[in-house]
Amino acid sequence: MLILECPYCGVKAEETELHAGGEAHLTRHATGSTDDELKFYLFQRKNPKGVHFERWRHVNGCGKWFHAARCTMTLEVFGTYSAQTFEPPKALLSSIKAKRPDWQAT
Amino acid sequence: MSTRIPNTGRFLDKTAPATFTFNGKSLGGYAGDTLASALLANDQMLMGRSFKYHRARGAVASGAEEPNALVNMGADDRFEPNQRVTTTELFDGLTAKSQNHWPSLNFDVGVINNYVARFLPAGFYYKTFMYPRAAWKHVFEPIIRKSAGLGQAPKARDADRYEHFYYFTDVLIVGGGIAGLQSALAAGQSGAKVLLLEQTANWGGRAPVDGAQIGGKSADEWVTETLAALQALPNVTIRARTMGAGVYDHGYALGYERITDHAPEMDAPRHRLWRIRAKQIITATGAIERPLSFAGNDIPGVMLAGGVRDYLINWGVAIGERTVVVTNNDDGYRTALTLHKAGLKVPAIIDARPNADGDLPNQARERGIAVREGRGIAKVKGGKRVLGVAICLQDGDGGAREEIACDCVAMSGGWSPVVHLWSHCGGKLNWIEEHAHFAPDPKRPPLGDTGEGFVVTSGTASGAMDTPEVLKDAHLAGKAAAKSAGFTPKRSQAPKATATTEAAMAPVWVMPKNATIELKAKMWLDYQNDVKVSDVQLAAREGYESVEHTKRYTTLGMATDQGKLSNINGLAVLSDALNQAIPQTGTTTFRPPYTPISLGAIAGEARGEIFQPLRRTPLHAWHEDAGAYMEPVGQWRRPYCYPRGAESHEDAVAREVTNTRNALGLLDASTLGKIIVKGPDAGKFLDMLYTNMMSTLKPGRCRYGLMCSENGFLMDDGVVARIDEDTFLCHTTSGGAENIHGWMEEWLQTEWWDWKVYVANVTEQLAQVAVVGPNARKVLEKMGGMDVSKEALTFMGWADGTIGGFDARVYRISFSGELSYEVAVPASQGRAFWDALHAAGAEFGAMAYGTEALHIMRAEKGFIMIGDETDGTVIPQDLGLHWAISKKKTDFLGKRAQQRSFMASTERWQLVGLETVDGSVLPDGAYALAEGMNANGQRNMQGRVTSTYHSPTLERGIAMGLVLHGPDRMGEVINFGRVDGTLIPAKIVDPVFYDKSGEKQDV
Repeated sequence: MLILECPYCGVKAEETELHAGGEAHLTRHATGSTDDELKFYLFQRKNPKGVHFERWRHVNGCGKWFHAARCTMTLEVFGTYSAQTFEPPKALLSSIKAKRPDWQAT
Repeated sequence: MSTRIPNTGRFLDKTAPATFTFNGKSLGGYAGDTLASALLANDQMLMGRSFKYHRARGAVASGAEEPNALVNMGADDRFEPNQRVTTTELFDGLTAKSQNHWPSLNFDVGVINNYVARFLPAGFYYKTFMYPRAAWKHVFEPIIRKSAGLGQAPKARDADRYEHFYYFTDVLIVGGGIAGLQSALAAGQSGAKVLLLEQTANWGGRAPVDGAQIGGKSADEWVTETLAALQALPNVTIRARTMGAGVYDHGYALGYERITDHAPEMDAPRHRLWRIRAKQIITATGAIERPLSFAGNDIPGVMLAGGVRDYLINWGVAIGERTVVVTNNDDGYRTALTLHKAGLKVPAIIDARPNADGDLPNQARERGIAVREGRGIAKVKGGKRVLGVAICLQDGDGGAREEIACDCVAMSGGWSPVVHLWSHCGGKLNWIEEHAHFAPDPKRPPLGDTGEGFVVTSGTASGAMDTPEVLKDAHLAGKAAAKSAGFTPKRSQAPKATATTEAAMAPVWVMPKNATIELKAKMWLDYQNDVKVSDVQLAAREGYESVEHTKRYTTLGMATDQGKLSNINGLAVLSDALNQAIPQTGTTTFRPPYTPISLGAIAGEARGEIFQPLRRTPLHAWHEDAGAYMEPVGQWRRPYCYPRGAESHEDAVAREVTNTRNALGLLDASTLGKIIVKGPDAGKFLDMLYTNMMSTLKPGRCRYGLMCSENGFLMDDGVVARIDEDTFLCHTTSGGAENIHGWMEEWLQTEWWDWKVYVANVTEQLAQVAVVGPNARKVLEKMGGMDVSKEALTFMGWADGTIGGFDARVYRISFSGELSYEVAVPASQGRAFWDALHAAGAEFGAMAYGTEALHIMRAEKGFIMIGDETDGTVIPQDLGLHWAISKKKTDFLGKRAQQRSFMASTERWQLVGLETVDGSVLPDGAYALAEGMNANGQRNMQGRVTSTYHSPTLERGIAMGLVLHGPDRMGEVINFGRVDGTLIPAKIVDPVFYDKSGEKQDV
């Protein structure tokens, strides 16, 4: 059972308080997009063994969506941050890089 | 025979005798006994029958690792199967029955399986019973179900209560032996909050039995002092009878406390599940002794050497008068010495090692006990109890035997650390050649949310085998955990303990080494699932190389004991058969819980009424008083119909439909989702959510809308009312309100966070009543307060005002095709308004109607229902709802997905109405048959029924369905299949069966 700190209300939330929302930072492809773009938007998800950026909602808490950077293998949590951003914060990326020198953001 | 020795038993309270029954026979014991020790004290060696071969079985161990001795406990609403006698504390009035036999424990016809064992090899389920196919269902399965299985399933509802307990701690320590106690002391002295759990009722673990000396005192004295020291620390909590059941991600752990199992008269929950979040977890879980694999090692009276020692010292029970000890290590000698000291006979110690000249073997020799080196047991003699052993050379094939009469065999194959909790969450193991066991690798612990290890092992669980090492390791573990949890441990040393010297053990996986196949087929690895050495070797010969596959093929380690005794021996035999080293074979996965925990504890308080919260509308009590037959709709209960007297549900529904169509029906529509969407961008937002245009809706007007997922599929529908320029009220389906509210939040928070919109779910703030039928306007006008005339409140309009003095918002919308108003009033006034409607409506024929009447009336009108016409694979275009899909909007959720070629295909099944030729009702979900077969040899289909009812209005069966090219095939008759294989012909018709022009709702 994971613990993630909700960046909005500051609660260290138990997994039972949270709802997982899958991969973060997807670009919505709507009218005018190619079939391939649509496919990647709707279905094709990253499934890395390692660093992953995810969406979570503090559903049984403050109700806010947020982002989490997490290792899918060790379950280490690198940090949580606002859902209202297009990319992870620079400071978070460099702290991940410091811990996982071989990791490449894709 | 097994018997009680006077003046012994460190756990017993002889002043508190207890009477219990086993298979109806009344027996005696004492407080402090386990059911196992009490049975053995009464010479009840035979405790059950094995799973597959129905062999006679007794206890082989003294603790949680026991595989054999499981019983049915209690009776009626306190009946529980598969209770382990070794972990069941005796109490006065306990009743137990042995299981898995027929007709009786002593005479069991199932034992025939034992004699046909060669026809029941590993994987026999997969090899047998394949053909003929029908025989499986009618012959094989019923026989297997009857003869296999362990205890009986309880029939009555559990009379006990259970609870969950949330606990947060810096350090959790599992195991109350000397290691756990020392770790708790070291961690507790740092000031860290410590929780120490022990699964049994007693502290100190094995050390007192093994005669450990700590700081010049006996282990018992040291345990008493250390417990007192811990109790004096306010930051340390200790709990006996509480097992650490599992370790999970990020320091989550489960404790399983058995509160009243030993004292059923206590007024308390029976079990308590501790849901623990710990910064650090110390596993001080000790070790489990391994059996040796020799023929007949499952006969009652063959027991682990440590267990024999435990029964004697802890419970004053001698398992036999003459005990042969068989061992591959020095620890087994402790049992021989203990028995000898108690005046019991040890005719021989069979040591598989070629030389045994360590300190302990020499002590045995000094006491005149015969030590037979390089020997093994060829075979145990006896059936329901041990009569003797035949001994042979360990290096031989079991020939050239010499017989020794005895009534107990104490076996020791060495000790394996209990690594379960360490492994549950990913801790890795190393193979330790010296002790022939797996031990935790401290460099590869389970990792927590910071990426650092959160579990440390302590004492024997780390692989430390002698008391001084154990205490030193435990002390360091306690300090390390406290430090990792952010505390500063005190500078202190572990207490000094007296060291003992043990010579090296020798791994022995099969005894004798070159045993014949006959002998191997009687060497039990997994007692509970009846897996033998020969089974694992057969699996290896048949190509099973992975230990995980072998486990499943042979069922080794798959029983309720999860292979606590069998796993290491089993994988050693497998490794040998595969000619590879043991670490190369590896272990199977350790999964929680450590031993089975009750389903009651897992459920906790969540049972009965509070299993799932029930949502009640403001009118719920009225429905119940009216005798409504309720149906679940999400977490709501809604009236399906209101039967009167002996009236059938069908008749009640027909009456309600007819009355609504002809006079006045009243429906509790409060469950309908109501979501306020407000803000300058509300219109723009709803244009994205709904397929049609909402931003053009005028205040005071309503519009029906559809919502699709981003994948294009229809997910919800409902009427949207524009309240003012900035405010909309969206009605959703009853079951969909929370999801749709969440859906709106998701888009607003994660995609369009710069749009100025707020949403609020106000479903429960309002009571809503549908006033339906030709007399609907009359009753509202009679109650008075606002103008609800055709001209003032037109169809698809809404208005605020008062009705009969109630603050009301009235929507002129219809889901039945009749003149209809939906009136929303504050929830607190809902019941009074409903009563007032009935009173005023009496003269107009007012009658409540339920959800089934609602469904029928909407189907008569051809209105779709989410969940009937949709199932997550249906798009609005399939349902002929093109009129509700905007062509002007460049974007809405699902629009792009609906442009995909297969979404636009004319081959998609389309909504039509269906009328059976004979007027009967089509079966729900029935498929329409087409010509030919598909690639799988199944009949081709051309459509299916989505809604089907008997229409009281039309007095015939009506249905809606999705049919290939349906709208182009009006009038065509197609065949639907019944479950029995017969066909029902039905004609494709327009889905609007009633009032096609819609004039009735617009009067």
